[in-house]
Amino acid sequence: MIQIIDLHKKFGENHVLRGVSLTVNRGESFALIGASGKGKSVLLKHLIGLMKPDKGQVLVDGEDIGQMRGRKLKALKDRFGIVFQFGALFDSLTVYENVAFPLQEKTKHSAAEIDKIVRRELANVDLEEAADNYPAQISGGMRKRVAVARCMVMNPEVILFDEPTTGLDPVISNSIYHMIQNLRNTDNLTSFIISHDIPGIFKVVDRVAMLHEGKIVASGTAEEIQNSDNPVVRKFLMGEIE
Amino acid sequence: MDNCTNPLQITGRNTIAVIREMGRMGCFLVTSLFFLLSPPLLLKRIIKQMHFIGVKTILVIVLTGSFTGMVLSLQSYHVLILFGAEAKLGSILALSLIREIGPVITALMIVGRAGSALTAEIGIMRMSEQVDALDAMGLNPYKYLINPNLIAGILVFPVLTAFFIVAGIWGGYLVAVKLTGLSSGLFYGAMAESILMLDLKLGLYKSVSFGLLVTWICCYKGFYAGVGGNFGAEGVSRATTDAVVLCSVLVLVLDYYITSVMLF
Repeated sequence: MIQIIDLHKKFGENHVLRGVSLTVNRGESFALIGASGKGKSVLLKHLIGLMKPDKGQVLVDGEDIGQMRGRKLKALKDRFGIVFQFGALFDSLTVYENVAFPLQEKTKHSAAEIDKIVRRELANVDLEEAADNYPAQISGGMRKRVAVARCMVMNPEVILFDEPTTGLDPVISNSIYHMIQNLRNTDNLTSFIISHDIPGIFKVVDRVAMLHEGKIVASGTAEEIQNSDNPVVRKFLMGEIE
Repeated sequence: MDNCTNPLQITGRNTIAVIREMGRMGCFLVTSLFFLLSPPLLLKRIIKQMHFIGVKTILVIVLTGSFTGMVLSLQSYHVLILFGAEAKLGSILALSLIREIGPVITALMIVGRAGSALTAEIGIMRMSEQVDALDAMGLNPYKYLINPNLIAGILVFPVLTAFFIVAGIWGGYLVAVKLTGLSSGLFYGAMAESILMLDLKLGLYKSVSFGLLVTWICCYKGFYAGVGGNFGAEGVSRATTDAVVLCSVLVLVLDYYITSVMLF
């Protein structure tokens, strides 16, 4: 479904992505692992057209995102949902208003229909009681769950997670993983998760790739990566690469 | 490259940086104006921003307007009386307020109260990826964040300028008539005789131009907060300071050019 071909991205002298190529199949749960600050989030933003590559392509169902403009790009974004590292909730809106926002702005649903969808999605992430709170009044884990609910109201085909468990304690991290696990059961939902949370992430994905120095150095099933004899992967798994 | 010490290289690099910044500001304005013409109009957001920029600034404007008028009246009276021309006080006061002081000080006060807050708000949204979240939803950040502010600025600045001028004239009247004992008829008579439609047009054009200029720069600085390596709170504070300084300088520069074009 998503094919990344020889992707390059530079910020000034910093060559962050140096020819990344990988494929994500429809319906699978895919994780991209690697050290912090090495370009995973940059790669994620290319998948949804928030950044343009300097070189290379990102194909979604065979169409190059880099060449898309206007309505076509908008239509593509409608098929994706993204959960940012810190949730990126609108801080002037309540939890309920945040989840309702895309429905109000992008659909012609009545207020009653929107209310029904929002309450259903808030219930799915166990946050019905926080509906009237502002993002500043809830915890980091709750914010990420609200961000998931905000994505899910639009029924995306692909959901992108940017470091879903960073900065969370083990209990909250487990609840986030549990939620990602539940999303796997959703029909045909493709998940792309970037993380450096090892080994937690292996429990909830079908395939894993590792990004190191701007390139994919290993890819395979979670088990294959865990048993990989690639020295860079081994070092990362043992915590010797930050 | 960053630690070059050749003065020619440094000058060249700084010149390129300034030209790049100007180009980016120009592109930002053109893009915003392009999306201004496309539906939806987002009337609710425009009204919200008019309330934020306008209603919440009225008190500051009325206060500064009245004291400006009072001090202007007091200073002018003491000079005019030397030449026996105190009858012209109303005229001098009204013309200064309508042509120059009203639009300029109103713009500077709005920059301080609402402009800086606008930059900080958009800057924080940029830093916390809220702008990216809008974009990822397929909603145009220019349409949702920038355009309502531009429209609100263009509409609200002339109204606040009018408040400032009225408060200034009222303050000047208090000093001239109630304090120094100038005749009320003389004060208003001189004023009515000297104000032309050109003066009102000049004040209006200035305030509309300042409205666009201030909201454009404040939104731009917030939207690009963090570009150049200052992230987080430091990036937002830098963007806010830059916005206030740049707006204040450019308001005065633009004031001169509009005056020279309109009067000559």
